Amino acid sequence: MIELLAEVVGWFDDPASWVGPNGIPTRLLEHVLLSAACVLTALVVAVPVGLAIGHTGRGALIAVTVANIGRGLPSYALLLMLFPFFGIGFSTAFPALLLLTIPPILTNTYVGVRDVDRDVVEAGRGMGMTEGGLLRRVELPLALPVIVAGVRTAAVQVVATATLAALVGGGGLGRYIVDGFALQDDGQLVGGALLVAALAVLTEWGIGVVERRVVPPGARAGTAGGRAPIEVATARPSLARSG
Amino acid sequence: MNWAWIPANIGALIEATIDHIVLTAIAVGVGLAIAMVLSIVIHRDRRAYGPVTAVTGLLYTIPSLALFAFLVPITGLSLLTAEIGLVSYTLLILVRNIVAGLDSVPADVRETADGMGYTWGQRLWRVELPIALPLIVAGLRIATITTIGLVMVTALIGEGGLGQVMLRGFNFRNWAAVYAGAAITLALGIVVDLLLVWIGRRATPWAAARTR
Repeated sequence: MIELLAEVVGWFDDPASWVGPNGIPTRLLEHVLLSAACVLTALVVAVPVGLAIGHTGRGALIAVTVANIGRGLPSYALLLMLFPFFGIGFSTAFPALLLLTIPPILTNTYVGVRDVDRDVVEAGRGMGMTEGGLLRRVELPLALPVIVAGVRTAAVQVVATATLAALVGGGGLGRYIVDGFALQDDGQLVGGALLVAALAVLTEWGIGVVERRVVPPGARAGTAGGRAPIEVATARPSLARSG
Repeated sequence: MNWAWIPANIGALIEATIDHIVLTAIAVGVGLAIAMVLSIVIHRDRRAYGPVTAVTGLLYTIPSLALFAFLVPITGLSLLTAEIGLVSYTLLILVRNIVAGLDSVPADVRETADGMGYTWGQRLWRVELPIALPLIVAGLRIATITTIGLVMVTALIGEGGLGQVMLRGFNFRNWAAVYAGAAITLALGIVVDLLLVWIGRRATPWAAARTR
């Protein structure tokens, strides 16, 4: 155990671990850029679709089906399956991870808008708000905490799964783990794992802070729209993970 | 694409599928046992809820490959390493759902059981757990499908079931093996999910009677 600790410290302490294309800054940047590209693209695609489905109530079956397929096809399988079509590295990792990022954001947007109190929406309509105005000024703000929760699930999942991109020749922090196994280099192996775990925990925590900030004042805890004390997994279809 | 590989290796595919099912069953079985104990502790003393979900939540957040990387220097490339990782991912899902299930028992039902002279254990076993069953099964479904996916990642530490077939296929650019492994995994997930739904329905006949 002490030996292992010394190896890990030795790896972090080695100046060679910090420079060049296999240095920690480069690998960290690759990991963050891949994850961010997936989350941002998924936001652009999934939020408008989720808002439309939640507002009109039409197409819910499509949303549920997309979520279920995303849950049933593990990321590991997706990466290996897409490789023959997209090739080495980012070009395979991006579409594979994007397919995993979309379902949690889509379902949470749809469920968030759907669960907005219909009386509130009707009141807005009675006040003469247009459909677009209702969506923008009533439904979206009230659904925002649920949407951000979906983004958090998606982001943590994509940070975790981006580790597997190393399997298809991609960069990122997973490189250290895959290489650590191959070279039986425990310092690199555990050091890389520590970095990945820290990044995942930081992502979860950071978006969690945003999640609490975006709750509209009228829906803070204690009122009907507040956060339920226990999140039942059935109410969060996006909970299943695959990385 | 060498499709002839599939019929020629049907025996190996069946063996990998069985491996995959066994790895999943051990993880979900052990996970359910631990989660049940944790949930009953929480049920007795609510103060345990925060710490238990904090620890299981942290385990859940750590990427699977990183968790295996932490364990390999200690427990080696072994079944134990794979199962510690797989079990730890089922805990958060199961504890949340079991506790939510126990919470869903109406207070008057609980009081009726007390009034009939049930002990704490009898009340839990004969009244509360049966009422909690639909939510427990919902948690089991999510935990099982998650585990089926994560078993694949254990191919990197020498286990993996169908993940092993896919990884070996990938290394030799044998795409038939990669697609066969993926297709069987997808089918396995659907079949097991339907099976759990069916078991859940059979175990709660009163729920079906009420909706009829």
